[in-house]
Amino acid sequence: MMLRFHVHWTRLSARNFVPFNRTVYTAKGDAFFMENKCIIDLKNIAITFDGEQILQGLNLSIKDGEFVTLLGPSGCGKTTLLRIIGGFVSPDSGDVFFDGKRINDLPSHKRPVNTIFQRYALFPHMNVFENVAFGLRVRKKKEDEIRQTVEQMLNLVNLRGFEKRNISTLSGGQQQRVAIARALAVHPKVLLLDEPLAALDLKLRKDMQVELKKIQQQLGITFLYVTHDQEEALSMSDTVVVMDAGQIQQIGTPQDIYNEPQNAFVADFIGESNILDGIMHADYLVEFFGRKFDCLDHGFDPMEPVDVVIRPEDIDIVEPIKGHLTGTVTSVTFKGVHFETIVDFKGFKWLIQTTDYYAPDTTIGIVLNPEDIHIMKKSAYSGLFGDYSSYSEEFDELADPDAAPEGGAAE
Amino acid sequence: MKRTRLTLFPFGIWMILFTIIPLAMVVWFALTDDSGHFSLENMAQIVNYLPSFWYSIWVGALSTFFCLILAYPLAYSISRRSGRTQRTMVLIVMLPMWMNSLLRITALKSIIDDNGLLNRFLEMIGLEPVKLVGTTAAIVLGMVYDFLPFMILPLYSVMTKIDNRTIEAAQDLGSNGFQVLSRVILPLSVPGILSGITMVFVPSVSTFVVATLLGNGGVTTPLMIGEIIEFLFKGSAPAYNNMGAVLSLVLMLLILLCIAVMNSVDKDSDEIGGMVP
Repeated sequence: MMLRFHVHWTRLSARNFVPFNRTVYTAKGDAFFMENKCIIDLKNIAITFDGEQILQGLNLSIKDGEFVTLLGPSGCGKTTLLRIIGGFVSPDSGDVFFDGKRINDLPSHKRPVNTIFQRYALFPHMNVFENVAFGLRVRKKKEDEIRQTVEQMLNLVNLRGFEKRNISTLSGGQQQRVAIARALAVHPKVLLLDEPLAALDLKLRKDMQVELKKIQQQLGITFLYVTHDQEEALSMSDTVVVMDAGQIQQIGTPQDIYNEPQNAFVADFIGESNILDGIMHADYLVEFFGRKFDCLDHGFDPMEPVDVVIRPEDIDIVEPIKGHLTGTVTSVTFKGVHFETIVDFKGFKWLIQTTDYYAPDTTIGIVLNPEDIHIMKKSAYSGLFGDYSSYSEEFDELADPDAAPEGGAAE
Repeated sequence: MKRTRLTLFPFGIWMILFTIIPLAMVVWFALTDDSGHFSLENMAQIVNYLPSFWYSIWVGALSTFFCLILAYPLAYSISRRSGRTQRTMVLIVMLPMWMNSLLRITALKSIIDDNGLLNRFLEMIGLEPVKLVGTTAAIVLGMVYDFLPFMILPLYSVMTKIDNRTIEAAQDLGSNGFQVLSRVILPLSVPGILSGITMVFVPSVSTFVVATLLGNGGVTTPLMIGEIIEFLFKGSAPAYNNMGAVLSLVLMLLILLCIAVMNSVDKDSDEIGGMVP
């Protein structure tokens, strides 16, 4: 397998990194890159720190060549999961399989995975070249080969000409690029990324997101990416794994996760959601706020209580007389692209995103089309999310531990 | 500007009184004879004291070496503990420093003396007694005992600054335990090693207390240079003071040279980016 991997990388350099995606690659008849092959398999992982259950009964399969994101709030266990795969933490119970082989007892330096750490963890006593060359020197590669690989990697991350630079003279974004080059230089089969962009400013973060995605597609290797930033997860991933309280809440494509959240936690964590109590009268017919609505969901018991999700951007505002429901605007915040309008419906406050301005105290009507309504089974999270009664920007930020500088480093 | 000068004033007075004038006096004494005339005669006598210089440097080097060997793993293991454990362990390291050094060396002597606790214990379990006091080994033991904290503390303070993630990154990139040590931890702790060496080597070359109590000056072990200087200044003849001044001056220059060499190593490691390529 190792040998094949080399072939694959050499080809890459010969092509001078012209982007190509995985499907084209397989279509060309390269047998060694099989779709759907499972590269990492986690079975029943559980771990406890200081009496606190960090992960419980966790199962996860990661396919070769995919960009998989572990998404969840601070303390949900996502970083611990990454560290288990990296070999820095061993689970109390459960098995870790890599390419079909159990690797629980394999120390981290022997695992064919590499990690990009949250704060880069570059070697401060080495220049850029030596940092990237580190893994190759440890592997006792020949000097020519080292120079060639380092050059390739620095080209890949757009740091050509930075070889002699001291780490301390680099910006955060440049340091991150060095960390990426350093990890990729040893040709890992899987790259683990632990909130790699968390320390960068917004603009740079967006650029790096695009770049990371591009690198992943060029190399065709598996990326396992940890983040608490839902927008980052949605824009980069093939598969998103939403986690909370040490358990996986949902696995799916970004669109699945956004459009078909499985419970109130997922609906609230990914984007904004109004979540209401409803009753499923029959297939495709749900009742909430004393009114029946057509919807696209089915497969529930008759009269089953459910959670109803309505995304703020899906709601159409009309004149009160034409609306399915009528409510009163209580506050408006200008967001640039749209206004965030809080509307009171019978004491339950909704968030509506609209490009038109409605002044506070205006009475408005809303129309809900069947495709705007998503029905979820009741779960432990029902009733905890989706009410905007106490909604304010400030409050949101205070409640978010990641908003604090340096926060969320320890999970 | 004026204010800065004003705040420096007390320090300036202090420096003049207790550093510059004494230093000038040492130089003056070193370059004159007992009648106060300029003379290089005492300087020329240094050759007679060379064996003591070498012996002092040898003992200092040995003590520094053993301190480093003992302190390095200890300092590293302290630096990897949680905050609370770290503070407790550092306190334990520092505790002996709060006790009078003379007292501690005397206590050590009573343990390793010919009829001391150690030998009585060896006798009890049926082993031959060892003769320690009056040997170089005893002097080195005393120095290590006395100066170990001066090696541990600078090492520890540098090592706590090594990010655990840096070590994990090295493992992640394929380094085994030895490679992590030689390629990451060791180069990153060079500044601590250098200041630890300076802080142990300098006092152990020049001290006389340990050598006087645990050695057997001039009989079974050579005299250390510190001891000779002490004898010379205690002596009543003024000529001895001049010779003492010469030896002090030479010792000071030797130490200065050592520090200069040390600093140049430190600078090199900064420039080429680590001692291990």
